Amino acid sequence: MTRKSSSISWRKTDDVASRPWTGSVREYDLIKELIIGVVVVGLLVLGVSAIFGSPDEPSVSLKAWATAAPADFTATAAKELAGTSDTAGYGPPYNSTQDATQKIGPVDLQSLSGIRLPVDTANDFVIAPLATLPSPPADLARWTAATDQQRSAWAATYSDALAAAPDSDPAKVADGDYGPVPALTAALLDMARQGSLDGVLQSGGNFYNMDYTRSLLFLGDGGYFPDLAASQHLSGDQWGVMNETGDTPGQSWLWLFSLLYQIEPFKSAPNADALVVVTMLVLTALLALLPFIPGLRSLPRMIPLHRLIWKDYYRNR
Amino acid sequence: MTAQTTPGHGAPVDETDAHTWTGRARRWLLRKLPPDKLLPEDQPSFVASWAYVFGMGAIGSLLWIIVSGIVLGLNGPQWYHVSSLGSFVNSTHLWSVELFFIFMVVHLWLKFWMAAWRGGRLLTWITGVISFVVSIVAAFTGYLLQTNFDSQWIAFEAKDALNAVGVGAWFNVANVGQLFTWHVTLLPVAVGAVVVLHVLLVRVHGVAPPLEAAESDAQLLHNRPGATEPPEPAEPPEATEPRGTVQ
Amino acid sequence: MAGCLVAGAVSVGAGTYFGWDGFTIQSGNLIVIVVMIILFVLALVLPFPGGKRRK
Repeated sequence: MTRKSSSISWRKTDDVASRPWTGSVREYDLIKELIIGVVVVGLLVLGVSAIFGSPDEPSVSLKAWATAAPADFTATAAKELAGTSDTAGYGPPYNSTQDATQKIGPVDLQSLSGIRLPVDTANDFVIAPLATLPSPPADLARWTAATDQQRSAWAATYSDALAAAPDSDPAKVADGDYGPVPALTAALLDMARQGSLDGVLQSGGNFYNMDYTRSLLFLGDGGYFPDLAASQHLSGDQWGVMNETGDTPGQSWLWLFSLLYQIEPFKSAPNADALVVVTMLVLTALLALLPFIPGLRSLPRMIPLHRLIWKDYYRNR
Repeated sequence: MTAQTTPGHGAPVDETDAHTWTGRARRWLLRKLPPDKLLPEDQPSFVASWAYVFGMGAIGSLLWIIVSGIVLGLNGPQWYHVSSLGSFVNSTHLWSVELFFIFMVVHLWLKFWMAAWRGGRLLTWITGVISFVVSIVAAFTGYLLQTNFDSQWIAFEAKDALNAVGVGAWFNVANVGQLFTWHVTLLPVAVGAVVVLHVLLVRVHGVAPPLEAAESDAQLLHNRPGATEPPEPAEPPEATEPRGTVQ
Repeated sequence: MAGCLVAGAVSVGAGTYFGWDGFTIQSGNLIVIVVMIILFVLALVLPFPGGKRRK
């Protein structure tokens, strides 16, 4: 008997794999298998849910931040005024900071969207919220009247002075020409501690809001929120992409995405995000097109695990 | 037994009235997927391994995801934070997703080692990979909708990857309104559609035979003693037999 | 910044992590991955209960 060499080709030819099966059959009940599957999985789901539950760590508010870490909050507010925070220097889609985008060679995907979610950190995070107060601080007018250069100079000087002060404590800052900045950051801290900044920053005076972009960016510019995440092993350099809080499994299927951030050349690349995403897109496409890739598609033939799967078949051939 | 020379091509003699687009579509569908192929009562005898149960496990999990997701969605995003029943339903949503991915990944591993794309089953493999990818995006938006510390942080971290490739402006992970649309409507519909297409393709092509299956194997010979290599791929008796009963 | 960590609304334990040399894995994720590998191996080696044969 001639036996054709087993083909791993995806092509439809006239071999056994391409033709409808003409050999012996066994009874098979599709609907029954579906019902059994749903019942078994259902019992598993209910059992595991009852035993392990699910985590629900409360979200962090600006109020919690201002209360727990006032010095960090004040330093962040000063940076937002000076335009030196991460958000202020982010580039698209939030602002047009020069050379801030992640490029791959000459390709600048980040700029494609343009500035679709404009964020002016000084105005949006500090000045506009303060202006909504029933009695806005008097120093607000001084800031508004000053030139851009003057504003930046005040805020940058104060920001540096805060960093140099013991414990970054605003009360221990050396004397200097900070203009209205210390009064503005102090007023914002008060506003946050009382809880009104959360609402103002989120809804901007509207009744409805489901867009948390500004609150989240402001929160992330500080040290408090990222430190909390790091304490929960959620940072990007801690494989945090995969992790859930506590011991509950997270998105373990993102292991490769997470792994790339831990290794060179991605780890230290300034355009790590762009590189990782593009690499993952390419690898995903390769997985989908695996039947076309010589070598890889032959692995099942070279490492014959299929002999275990179809052991009954091969036993009686 | 009709002698069908080229399956899937040319008008069959038994449906000459199919002159409308609808009629042709019905004819095409019935030819590709006659009811006995869609809901079979038997399978080739080599379909006897635990390797074949994981796809169904994933489908079972998907149904539980949908049911628990509907309950969560109808009660609104705050419910599960304050109700113990809500918390339990949230747990079932999470764990059915974990099981869904467990079954799907083991299914994918097994189908790779079975080289299940053989013999014209390429689209089945590709739709399987696409359903995996779309499921990952759906799960990601679910993690972003937890409205707790975890989702807050994931949104803050994930914006960088999305912004770096220029999609963050439209797929804004900090905009909960957008995320509800993605997670509650668009992505479930996409996952469901791809999974249905994947399952239909499995039924259309049948299960891939063992990697080294040959005409001379017992399970093939058993049915057709003497025949080794037919000149044309003949329609198997059990596939043509019910054709008359289809109508 | 260590002081502010204590003040955070941390209600869930910090989780159990295993790892070395920059590689860390959370216990829940580890279990999920181990379960997948076990299921894969079992699917290969466990005998399948024989169904009714026809023909």
